[in-house]
Amino acid sequence: MNVSSIRIDQVLQRLHSAAGAIGRAVSFMEVCGTHTVAAFRSGLHSLMPANVRLLSGPGCPVCVTSQGDIDQLIAAGSLPNVTLCTYGDMLRVTGANGSLEQARSRGADVRVVYSTLDAVRFAADNPQRQVVFAAVGFETTAPASAAAVLEAAHLNVKNFTVLVSHKLIIPAMDALLSSGLVKVDGFLLPGHVSIIIGADAYRPAVKQYGLSCVIAGFEDQHIAAGLARLTEMARDGVRQLENQYYPAVTDAGNRHAQQVISQVFEPGDVTWRGLGTIPGSGLVLRPQYAAFDAAQRFGLPVQEVPEPPGCRCGEVILGHCTPAECKLFGTACTPIRAIGPCMVSSEGTCQAWFKYKRTASANLQAAHVQRPPAQRPATAGQGVDA
Amino acid sequence: MTRFTHIVLAHGGGGQLTDELVAQCVLPRLGNAVLSDLLDSGIVQTQGADGRPLRLATTIDSYVVQPLVFPGGDIGRLAVSGTVNDLCVCGARPLGLALGMILAEGLERSLLEQVLDSIQQTAAEAGIKIVTGDTKVVGRGQADGMYLTTSGIGMIESDLRLHPDQVRAGDLLIINGPIADHGLAVMLAREMPQVRSVLHSDVAPLNGLIAAAMESSREIVFMRDATRGGLAAVAADLAARSGLHVVLEESSIPLRPETLHAAEMLGLDPLEVANEGKVLMVVRPQAAPAVLEALHRHPLGQQAAIIGCIEQKADGLCEIRTPIGGRRIVAKPYGEQLPRIC
Repeated sequence: MNVSSIRIDQVLQRLHSAAGAIGRAVSFMEVCGTHTVAAFRSGLHSLMPANVRLLSGPGCPVCVTSQGDIDQLIAAGSLPNVTLCTYGDMLRVTGANGSLEQARSRGADVRVVYSTLDAVRFAADNPQRQVVFAAVGFETTAPASAAAVLEAAHLNVKNFTVLVSHKLIIPAMDALLSSGLVKVDGFLLPGHVSIIIGADAYRPAVKQYGLSCVIAGFEDQHIAAGLARLTEMARDGVRQLENQYYPAVTDAGNRHAQQVISQVFEPGDVTWRGLGTIPGSGLVLRPQYAAFDAAQRFGLPVQEVPEPPGCRCGEVILGHCTPAECKLFGTACTPIRAIGPCMVSSEGTCQAWFKYKRTASANLQAAHVQRPPAQRPATAGQGVDA
Repeated sequence: MTRFTHIVLAHGGGGQLTDELVAQCVLPRLGNAVLSDLLDSGIVQTQGADGRPLRLATTIDSYVVQPLVFPGGDIGRLAVSGTVNDLCVCGARPLGLALGMILAEGLERSLLEQVLDSIQQTAAEAGIKIVTGDTKVVGRGQADGMYLTTSGIGMIESDLRLHPDQVRAGDLLIINGPIADHGLAVMLAREMPQVRSVLHSDVAPLNGLIAAAMESSREIVFMRDATRGGLAAVAADLAARSGLHVVLEESSIPLRPETLHAAEMLGLDPLEVANEGKVLMVVRPQAAPAVLEALHRHPLGQQAAIIGCIEQKADGLCEIRTPIGGRRIVAKPYGEQLPRIC
């Protein structure tokens, strides 16, 4: 199917027709923050049949980063003579001692970078400073982190280190399915990650668990077409992997990127928010690159701490509850004062839900700083642009 | 109580955090009937020599943009346009501007002169003069080379009250052209100077355009220039302050493809990106054709379009209808725009 020629009205018709023929509720899970946001931004949820549910699984890099990792990051950023370089999303994630944004307001040198190589360049240009890069994300961002380590090694930049909390999608899916924590009819698989790891990477899990899976892109019609196909597969009892994001996604993936990742990193046991420690589900630096490990250089152990009281981000990620079912949602926890990571990240389910789907009552609680419309006589004054 | 013990950058983003700072720190101390209305200008009333009431609008804005010169403009053009626009969206005819310059030791004189020339040219374009000013110099490395502040005063000659409380169900929303050009042009110039881009800031004084629109109809009920926080902030604010339901039609909002691509590349939402030459007008439905025609005749309004309406639902929410026919809420942005990870 040529996705660029997909007509959205026809796709939605297929989705509704297949949903009508199933005669039961079906749910699918996407495991990609970009899918989460795109589905909400396009208003797709408001167009879906009542018996089809799209859950947001553990796909937002910020949301799945454990509280301990976040505290470690903030501790690194707060060290004297350290410049912490990070992607923008991590800036507002709150740990036990506030966020990087707040650490910056108290004097920490925290910089948002667009490219890992910017961080290496900054380190090379400022040899008197220690530069730590927050290496966060799935297989999409891991190659850039690996490239930065290789570049720093190549240029002999000794004041550059990384704090690694990269995650791998297949072990996470495997953990969700093998534990029985998640019961879904199929997965909408992320186009970007799949470009790197390739379609073949999913086949063992698809076979083992008898899954229906569609690899989909990020345009509105891509996501809708993926959902329509998943619903048709559920209707027809088809359990297989389909790649709707070709030619971008090949069976083998991007071998060069895979090679760069495995040159620098090896799989390790890492902790996921809401899921706990999953064997082999993350990346750690290989021993020969240990000199680039910020945790080692600055003696920053990861101390896993309990999640904030009342926060149900872990259950939200598993699709066990919707954000609105969390007591903190929209009251104590809002984007401006986020408690859980799913509210902090712009890709997080809670923030997407809050921004795009909340009800009027949630809005009124959020708009506590908005005053009611002024009721003044026509000649009364107006104010300044604050 | 706010959890912020120190100011963060997002406090200056024109979003929810700016609102919170103003509501918690400024208004409890300085609030009064004029200031607390939080419009683009403060309007004070006095009497003319003939005893007739005179309404004066006054406004002030500071400019800290980096880089000082960017595609489509510079800090000087911004400083004149921003203040002129804050006056004229309140229905005022600008009378004069005051200019405050904070210069850093080491600033190249030629750059200062370039900015001053730009101020002069933009003021001439707006038909206004700089009537007073101030110059201070701070140490090297401070003030990013140059900060400007402009304050303006204007006369409100019409008896129209442009205010969110005038807005009612059935009114239409008009914008004078494509959104998000300014913020993305500046951001690309600052963050990715190596990227060659065709984007240009839309920074321009809008008093001519707004005067033409107001001459075409007396049924413009509210205007706001969509600066920091973009169209999303202005539309969400309009909903909250009018208490009504604002509906935007995403496919009707003018947006250049190259701007959309830049926003996608940086992981930003064009609705939340700053403009410096765009005004959102709320007009009675019967007035829309005349206002649109007047805007289309002006060079700064050739792509003006009706982009939404006010619906009778007292929930104070802004909703957008997406190109695929879905609906979602548009919220006021948080503050600082953060690029997404992937």
